[in-house]
Amino acid sequence: MKFEDDILSGLIDINSRVLDVGCGDGSLLLHLKKNKRVDGRGLEIDQKLVQESVAKGLAVIEGDAEKDLVDYPGNSFDFAILNQSLQQFYDPRRVVNELLRIAKSAIITIPNFGYWRVRLSLLVKGTMPVTENLPNFWYNTPNLHMCTIKDFHSLCELDNINIIKSISLSSGKIGNIQKSNLEIKNLTSEIGIFLVRKS
Amino acid sequence: MVLFEMNLNFNNIKKITLDKTLDLDCGVQLNGFDIAYETYGTLNENKSNAILVFHALSGDQFATETNTVTGKDGWWSYAIGNGKAVDTNKYFVICANVLGGCMGSTGPKEMDPSTGKPYGLNFPVVTIKDMVSAQVHLLDYLDIKKTLSVIGGSMGGMQALQFCTLFPERTFSSIPIACAASHSAQNIAFNELARQAIMADQEWDGGNYLTSGKIPRKGLAIARMAGHISYLSEQGLQNKFGRKLQEKSDLKFSFDADFEVESYLKYQGYSFVDRFDANSYMYITRAMDYFDLYKANNGNLSSAFKNSKIKYCIISFSTDWLYPTAESKKIVIALNAIGAEVSFVEIVTNNGHDSFLVNEPAFFNTLKGFVDSAYEDFKNEI
Repeated sequence: MKFEDDILSGLIDINSRVLDVGCGDGSLLLHLKKNKRVDGRGLEIDQKLVQESVAKGLAVIEGDAEKDLVDYPGNSFDFAILNQSLQQFYDPRRVVNELLRIAKSAIITIPNFGYWRVRLSLLVKGTMPVTENLPNFWYNTPNLHMCTIKDFHSLCELDNINIIKSISLSSGKIGNIQKSNLEIKNLTSEIGIFLVRKS
Repeated sequence: MVLFEMNLNFNNIKKITLDKTLDLDCGVQLNGFDIAYETYGTLNENKSNAILVFHALSGDQFATETNTVTGKDGWWSYAIGNGKAVDTNKYFVICANVLGGCMGSTGPKEMDPSTGKPYGLNFPVVTIKDMVSAQVHLLDYLDIKKTLSVIGGSMGGMQALQFCTLFPERTFSSIPIACAASHSAQNIAFNELARQAIMADQEWDGGNYLTSGKIPRKGLAIARMAGHISYLSEQGLQNKFGRKLQEKSDLKFSFDADFEVESYLKYQGYSFVDRFDANSYMYITRAMDYFDLYKANNGNLSSAFKNSKIKYCIISFSTDWLYPTAESKKIVIALNAIGAEVSFVEIVTNNGHDSFLVNEPAFFNTLKGFVDSAYEDFKNEI
């Protein structure tokens, strides 16, 4: 987790205003506050985690991003972070666009359903994949809309969203995703990290 | 009829007489006024640990330890004290009786210097803003320029909000709990029911009962009973009482208290009348009804808090139907709109509006976490 925090932190400007959507216990926000001196805010659905964040001195609101993002004024943040939860929304496309209404840039990370182990698991076993990054069974997974790195790139094209940076992550190795290596990266990456802006 | 008589001792109330003029919202000038208050803990050297606690409708300055008037525990003993969520080993807690109250601060029960008789209904109608302005004079008197936090539940929460709009430079943080930025029609209706009950009691005597030696016990007791129902949730009442009978095995086919819930209400009502002044109840409920930060800011709640660097922690309770979560969320949204540092938690509980006064661990954890972390920031800033 710490490793991913460092990657995300690297994408964020010093002294910027950051909204972490689904901020969990606030550890990333705290990291950003200390290392990037950001003016940070959080939104988190789990009350216990909100309490933990508040106790860290963070400004975190208990709420459901699916419903509550609409209450945030436009362009009020430099960065909105959505860490590994896009696939859990009923309407992920709307959430992505909401993030880019609220913030100039969004940083979105996804577990890549196109990863070869996931594909192989489905192909060989014929059952919904259960892996390190997708640890639940089909009947108890919080994931409603799984997607691949390629799918995310397509959504961005559809909604006129610029991908500023597209980063692959696999077994602790970082790589850059480009148009030329999209197919192979979609196969070899466990996690995709995207820095996006509205065109 | 005296059902529950308490031994009350009003002699040891600590108060200051402030030789200041208070321009009240109603247009009247109050020249000199008393503020009764209590403090707990010790003010530290750089004065970075002061917390101003505001009480609710039926509360008083005795926030914790023993209430020297009633001999009972202070109304927020669960939250404030040695090792509690608001730890008096660490913080200096101040709590004042509100203007218009009846525990020593200037109010309808006190002597009107121009007549030598209790004010009664000659007391000017005060507002939440007036209450807060009066208490800021207490902070001046105590030589505290900036508090670590202002905290309150219900009407205390309204004061905490009002404080931030009026004196944004005088607190580092604010915790408005179970409140709203304006009183709803339902809130006003409940308060009107209470006032009508008091006024319908013949002993109220047009508000002159103190001069005529009467006490409108029945009216005030009914007012308190109505209030109590609104402070609890449907589920909370059901869990606590259900249809249990009061010290009897069967219905008595009469109008005595058959059910435990009836007996409970009677107790809550009549145990209140000795310690509380009926006119004060009318004045304070009126102040709550008049509270409207939307109207005061031309409908734009955000502008009430503009340019404030205060850290907010808004807390609501899931079963509070008097000041529901939606009201707290409106405040959160307004604060978000101006980029204020705001946290928000809705505590899931069965205890209704009264949740902030009872033992509610998740609430205390939130309160403690926020206050302690605010202190870490504030003590370095000051």
